[in-house]
Amino acid sequence: MSEDIIALIKENVIQGRKTADDEGIDDTLSGTPGVEELTRSALEQNIPPDRLITQGLTAGMQVVGEKFSTKEYFIPDMLAAADAVGAAMDILKPYLETSNVETKGKFAIATVKGDIHDIGKNIVAILLKGAGYEVTDLGVDVSTEKIVQYVKEQEPDYLGLSALLTTTMVVMGEVIEALKSNSLRDKVKVLIGGAAVSEQYAEEIGADAYCIDGFHAIQVLDSFQGAKT
Amino acid sequence: MPREGVLVQSPYKRLSTEQVRQIHDASVQLLRDPGLMCYNRRAAEIFHSNGAEVSSITPSDSPCWHVRIPEKMVSQALESAPKTVKLGARNKDNTLILNGDEPRVFFVSGSETNIWLDVDIETYAKKSDPGTEILVPEFRPRRGTLMDLCDSAHVCEHLETLDAYIRTVNIQDKDITPDNKDVNKFFASLNNTTKHFMAGLTTLSQLDNVVNMAKLIVGGEQELKDNPIISFITCLVKSPLQFVDDTTETLIEICLRGLPTVVSSSPQAGSTAPMKEDGIMAQINAEVLAGITLSQLVNPGTPVIYGSVPVRARLDTLGDSYGAPETSQFNVDCVQLARFYRLPCYATSGVCDAKTPGMQCSVERLFSDILVTLSGPQYLHCAYGLLDGNSTFCLLQAVLDDAHFEMLKFFLRPPRIDQSEIEKTLKQIREVVATPQKLYIRYIRPMMRSGQLSAPYPFEGDGERDAAILLAYNRMKELLQKPVEHLDEATTARIFNEIPGILPRLNVYA
Repeated sequence: MSEDIIALIKENVIQGRKTADDEGIDDTLSGTPGVEELTRSALEQNIPPDRLITQGLTAGMQVVGEKFSTKEYFIPDMLAAADAVGAAMDILKPYLETSNVETKGKFAIATVKGDIHDIGKNIVAILLKGAGYEVTDLGVDVSTEKIVQYVKEQEPDYLGLSALLTTTMVVMGEVIEALKSNSLRDKVKVLIGGAAVSEQYAEEIGADAYCIDGFHAIQVLDSFQGAKT
Repeated sequence: MPREGVLVQSPYKRLSTEQVRQIHDASVQLLRDPGLMCYNRRAAEIFHSNGAEVSSITPSDSPCWHVRIPEKMVSQALESAPKTVKLGARNKDNTLILNGDEPRVFFVSGSETNIWLDVDIETYAKKSDPGTEILVPEFRPRRGTLMDLCDSAHVCEHLETLDAYIRTVNIQDKDITPDNKDVNKFFASLNNTTKHFMAGLTTLSQLDNVVNMAKLIVGGEQELKDNPIISFITCLVKSPLQFVDDTTETLIEICLRGLPTVVSSSPQAGSTAPMKEDGIMAQINAEVLAGITLSQLVNPGTPVIYGSVPVRARLDTLGDSYGAPETSQFNVDCVQLARFYRLPCYATSGVCDAKTPGMQCSVERLFSDILVTLSGPQYLHCAYGLLDGNSTFCLLQAVLDDAHFEMLKFFLRPPRIDQSEIEKTLKQIREVVATPQKLYIRYIRPMMRSGQLSAPYPFEGDGERDAAILLAYNRMKELLQKPVEHLDEATTARIFNEIPGILPRLNVYA
């Protein structure tokens, strides 16, 4: 029974079905429970959260990643799957605190002060959440003071800064300088992204990495994970 | 089920209704004054016996008559010419129905070029860094052969947007003679494509051999009438306003057999027609009307297609400039004239001045392909693979063209806007606006899977370098490896037995 529901969770992740209302890739699962409903059912059946994550959610995302790399899947498929996994992780969060399952780390993301563009930021947030990171989205037009305050209080492992405009990208450097002056720079890895910035700019302002898109962000963060072990 | 082609919902019109009428009136005047020089005795007699004013011109190097065609004779011909022409195919799913009243476009290859352009991909090393290599396409022109024609028909069979096959290359093998050219041309093509096949005839004496070959393929005379798998192109009028002897004779014989034929004219604005738009239009229309009138006098009701290949002269060489915008203007005008007569139209686009595949070629082709398609000709000779005017065919370019027409066909899909769709979309917008991410991306998926979204350009490279030619080259090789449905062994044997002159190397069962 537990094997069945875990297999269904994996299949629904592959199909990118968050809820029963979602159509998925084809109509084979139409009208049946999605990842959210299945996760709740699994918890009611006392299936351990770590099994749901490793054998259902992560295993499903792995298949999605493979299909994306072979161009069978496209970004909307990847996002739908990541969104479904993210929704399941929200449901599982209270259970994880009492179990021995570790998340990949805390990731906070913001579009810097003066910039209200958020498409890329939102996609990165969805993908990283689906990849197993605990994501907090601080929003758009976020002041440097607010970002620094958040890092001080919540101690995220990673901070993502986004900017589309050449006029607002300079604020990224100001955030890094503010982290330094508050003795927080060595406590958080800073990643930057957005149309205006580049790897060279990341080096100039002292960021830890430049991410070209959401998928690259997963690779970069996973590489930091590898460095930790 | 016949092929669908693509229906142009609101055809682009360049001429006003009044201007179409003015061109028609001017053409009718030209048919009376100055009329046409006719170098074919039979045609002169046909016109004369039906009431046209015909007089012998002397002195002349060859027999010639002056034919003045009255308006009524033209009107009657336009009445009797079928408004719908069926072009059959070996595979009946490849049948085309050309309806003069419906702007449904079918995309077709052609014309017959002397030069076949081979493509090789060579590797070059960077001078300053020999470790850095790049792949460069190299093009080598040579005379076309029979096997090239087979390869061309083979690949065209697999090009999804290509609806019918007009022979692409002039076969110039040493063992091809005027007497065996037509049977080899027709057999090579019909044996390698199940789509409709159209060609011009080199020698009238071969007409019955070609027709008999088609009868053997479909099963008999009536079967060929019901499913005309072959049709012809006859350019019987040499501009300005001259019926040539041999092609006029060919038209008469084709019409007597009731097989579909394009009655086409190809004046060049600036040399064989006036450079001004009204002038070339009045003249080409008169020339095509003269041919259609003759066809209907020969055999009332015989299926004919209004054929137009107008082109502007280059001023540096006086060669054809198919890439010039005026050439597209002329073709769009002709589509409107054919629609005025409610006749199916054979129009021309895609022929370019560029000599090899590349940027100039793409610009010129797409410019005319888009504009002329939007005008809604039924049979668009859009010249897959044709380069350097009408002189060179490149199979790789035909593969590239297929991708362009895929985009064009997608663009012409009718809009999906109605109240029920709008209600669904409003619901979607409200749902997305209520989410924190405010992204519509997840709603794309059903559209992706149901084919509502266009595919990415198939020849897009991974890196920053343009890889279109390299990728199309690979695709061309793949298509050449795909099997084609040859004629069956028994039919092939009968054809080789009963039709003289087909070269043994074309027999895939030998």
